[in-house]
Amino acid sequence: MSRSWTGRLRRVVVRDLPPEKLLPDEQPAWVSSWAYVFGALTIGALLVVILSGMALAFEGPTWWHTSSAGLFVNSLHLWSVELFFFFMVLHLWAQFFMASWRGGRSFTWMVGAIAFVASIGTAFTGYLSQQNFDSQWIGTQAKDGLNAAGIGAFFNVLDFGQMLLWHVMLLPLALAVLVGLHLLLVRKHGVVEPLPARTGGRIDASADVGAVGRTEPTEAP
Amino acid sequence: MIPGLLGAVVDLNRTPYIVHWGWLQITLGNLVVIALMVVVFVVALLAPFPGRSRR
Repeated sequence: MSRSWTGRLRRVVVRDLPPEKLLPDEQPAWVSSWAYVFGALTIGALLVVILSGMALAFEGPTWWHTSSAGLFVNSLHLWSVELFFFFMVLHLWAQFFMASWRGGRSFTWMVGAIAFVASIGTAFTGYLSQQNFDSQWIGTQAKDGLNAAGIGAFFNVLDFGQMLLWHVMLLPLALAVLVGLHLLLVRKHGVVEPLPARTGGRIDASADVGAVGRTEPTEAP
Repeated sequence: MIPGLLGAVVDLNRTPYIVHWGWLQITLGNLVVIALMVVVFVVALLAPFPGRSRR
């Protein structure tokens, strides 16, 4: 057996993420709920964010501020971000009330939480990169808070070039890595089962809705 | 046409209306979005999922 790092990495990947886990075509019965759809909707919105952002990066500020197509893609970028946060917060609520860190999924939860914070930073630097009065207002308001927090010396919100590069390079890269890791961890551990139903202060594991133990497979949505 | 109609319903360029509720201050637009999220969340918990009744 090879002791090289590539060999060790291959064995870990094959052990933790076999093809049937990585690309499953069946899910447990409890996944047949709209509450489990918000994560996929978040990923869908993120893809639109990335694609519209790439179009904006290709064409530049004059295009997105003046031409009809540029204004449309600019709006598409903004509203897909709004939907991204909308669905991400709903995903967070659903997973929080389901205590989704159960069953060895604490690292998955933490990576998701860090991705949420990285998303806020990415959106914030996006607002600062608009090159309009909104971005000037947000920048001048934010600098006091960030200076008070002691990070204004190396994260200068009034430096447009720095904010633009954080927005189009550093933070999207970090976010892509975090979201990718989050997805792989979800595939590795599987989707968390619902909490057992409580009846009269006692846990009733045989209750119908979301009961642990209903494991008949269903087709993935 | 549709963007024009939507723009007539909600003018996003005007100064936002801010709701004051004790120590809480929030723009009406953000409050509406949060309320909409709560509604969508509750509907997602209660609405039947397609195909679930077949099992």
